[in-house]
Amino acid sequence: MDLLRTTVIRAAALGTVLFGVTACGERPPVDSEQIGFRGTAMVTVTNPRIEQASLEVPAVQAAASQAGPRAGDIYQNVEVLGDLSIGEFTRTMLAITEWVAPEQGCNYCHYPENLADDGKYTKIVSRRMFQMTQHINQNWTDHVGGVGVTCYTCHRGNNVPENIWFAQNPEGYKPKGYAGNTYGQNMASEQAVYTSLPGDAMSAFLMGGYDDIRVVNTSPSAAYETGTIKDTEWTYSLMMHMSDSLGVNCTFCHNSRGFASWAESPPQRVTAWYGIRMVSGLNTEYLDPLQPVYPDNRLGPHGDAPKAYCSTCHAGQNKPLGGANMINDYLPAMAGRDYD
Amino acid sequence: MVELVACTADLGLRGSLKMAEYQNIFTRVQVHGAPDPGAPIDESLFKRGGATLNYWFGKIGDAQLGPFYLGWLGLASLLFGFIAFEIIGINMLASVGWDPIEFVRQLPWLALEPPKAEHGLGIPPLNEGGWWLLAGFFLTLSILLWWVRMYRRARALGMGTHVAWAFASAIWLYLVLGFIRPIAIGSWSEAVPFGIFPHLDWTAAFSIRYGNLFYNPFHMLSIAFLYGSTLLFAMHGATILATDRYGAHREIEQIVDRGTASERGALFWRWTMGFNASMESIHRWAWWFAVLTTLTGGIGILLTGTVVDNWYVWGIEHGLAPAYDTSWAPVADPAGGQ
Repeated sequence: MDLLRTTVIRAAALGTVLFGVTACGERPPVDSEQIGFRGTAMVTVTNPRIEQASLEVPAVQAAASQAGPRAGDIYQNVEVLGDLSIGEFTRTMLAITEWVAPEQGCNYCHYPENLADDGKYTKIVSRRMFQMTQHINQNWTDHVGGVGVTCYTCHRGNNVPENIWFAQNPEGYKPKGYAGNTYGQNMASEQAVYTSLPGDAMSAFLMGGYDDIRVVNTSPSAAYETGTIKDTEWTYSLMMHMSDSLGVNCTFCHNSRGFASWAESPPQRVTAWYGIRMVSGLNTEYLDPLQPVYPDNRLGPHGDAPKAYCSTCHAGQNKPLGGANMINDYLPAMAGRDYD
Repeated sequence: MVELVACTADLGLRGSLKMAEYQNIFTRVQVHGAPDPGAPIDESLFKRGGATLNYWFGKIGDAQLGPFYLGWLGLASLLFGFIAFEIIGINMLASVGWDPIEFVRQLPWLALEPPKAEHGLGIPPLNEGGWWLLAGFFLTLSILLWWVRMYRRARALGMGTHVAWAFASAIWLYLVLGFIRPIAIGSWSEAVPFGIFPHLDWTAAFSIRYGNLFYNPFHMLSIAFLYGSTLLFAMHGATILATDRYGAHREIEQIVDRGTASERGALFWRWTMGFNASMESIHRWAWWFAVLTTLTGGIGILLTGTVVDNWYVWGIEHGLAPAYDTSWAPVADPAGGQ
């Protein structure tokens, strides 16, 4: 009798522990590192098993001569990469094929009988993406540093990057019917990282609305002019996405004793601040305007173009691809001739 | 398995019974007697109903079920509570397109949200917070009627009204969160949604919005009383269980006729911490700790956003939050703010 009871209790305890572990989705133990004053909970938490999973950068294409005639003078209809040498141009095409269309090859963007033909939408999109990549590497070093980005940073061998987002409710949250208004929240979704927070913080903040992210009144006296608690939930949702995308906890960028205080924040918060503005600019200037170019099967449920957010590049790592330098080997094409 | 037939009152007087056998949960012997009608009361106030015995209730408490007293206060409270429950549940069901399977899958995420800030304290359309106001109204009515019922039943039995006042302390926190503070700020949108995860996410957002509730002194007091309550409950429960082998579960009889059980419990605490609560005072300690948890908590919530908008900055200014060195070079707000 006692043996039976002990066995049942032990089995129940083991089951509880296993359930707790599997429910988290991340097998412990995690590594934690103290980054701030002792006793202030300034600790970064990482799971080594997750970081190792996505560390791979494809081999660099063999170097090409930078001398000789320019691609724009030899080939027709080269709008962005015309200043590249023939060798560098061909090498870039080989690289992008491996990065974006390794299965379909050249014909994913080109008609083999006429490579200059702009008939395929993929060619129009990729031209714009070259411009976007150069824009990032030239103008957003506050976020991407000297490491920069290439097509591979987001695409990673896929025609369409794995981590993209679409508007969930472009008509706003005016309720339909007489009951059941969710205000765009209170629904399990990957975008809200399975919280009950609003699900489409991307539309709110990563399409030009980033000035509304700040909700905390940083003066101690009551001044009811900053965000409401509901506004805070939208900001919170964006922060959950950032935390999830970068594989970090809040204290990577914030001192959790005073989330709003810049004086107490780790320096990564500045990098993230630029990142939010960068990705918002990419969405409004590059990605969303491509909407008319895409066929229907590339559009979202409400007909909008696929857009970028933090996880598009980061994919669970606070430095995409482990911080590998992406542009040193492809400076002319990826950074443009203006890059120094 | 031994069958004993005795009234619980008789049992207390029979020293020859094996006391260790008389335990809940691990009971091997369960006492069966005629249902106990309870203390004599004025039958003109209330005609006592019948009672039955249930073996499984006997595992966790008294085996006797009933007599019940519902009365019109209890009936009205249950009815209004049911209306609130239905308003919340039907809104949740509507939010998943009336799909019962999605309702079950999403249930922890679903909620009935208060109105948006633009509605202020006005009455919004039903599906823009009107349902929330109605649910809150009926739930509050239900809770208040239940409070009156607690008070009146205690009075009818000639008891003190301690239960009602402890309940009132919890109601105070509930009213501050959903009624008093929103009115003070001028917006129903400040109130808590009805939902399982949503009210937890609301709590986290509340603390972040108002600059970290941990620097709110009344939040500190509330936590101290909450943790203190669990400590006191653990100490008291453990003391009684540890002296149960000497009959401590028959505490009432021992207050009249002191036995060895509570004497040992008292000596144990004098040995280990030099002081012991009395059989009466330990319950006063517990009552006050529990009551002060929600009383101070409600004060802390009421001050948030009305008197203090950022508890972290308030804590820095009042010497409450110490300044720590950072291990990195301090950064400035790229937007030029603080």
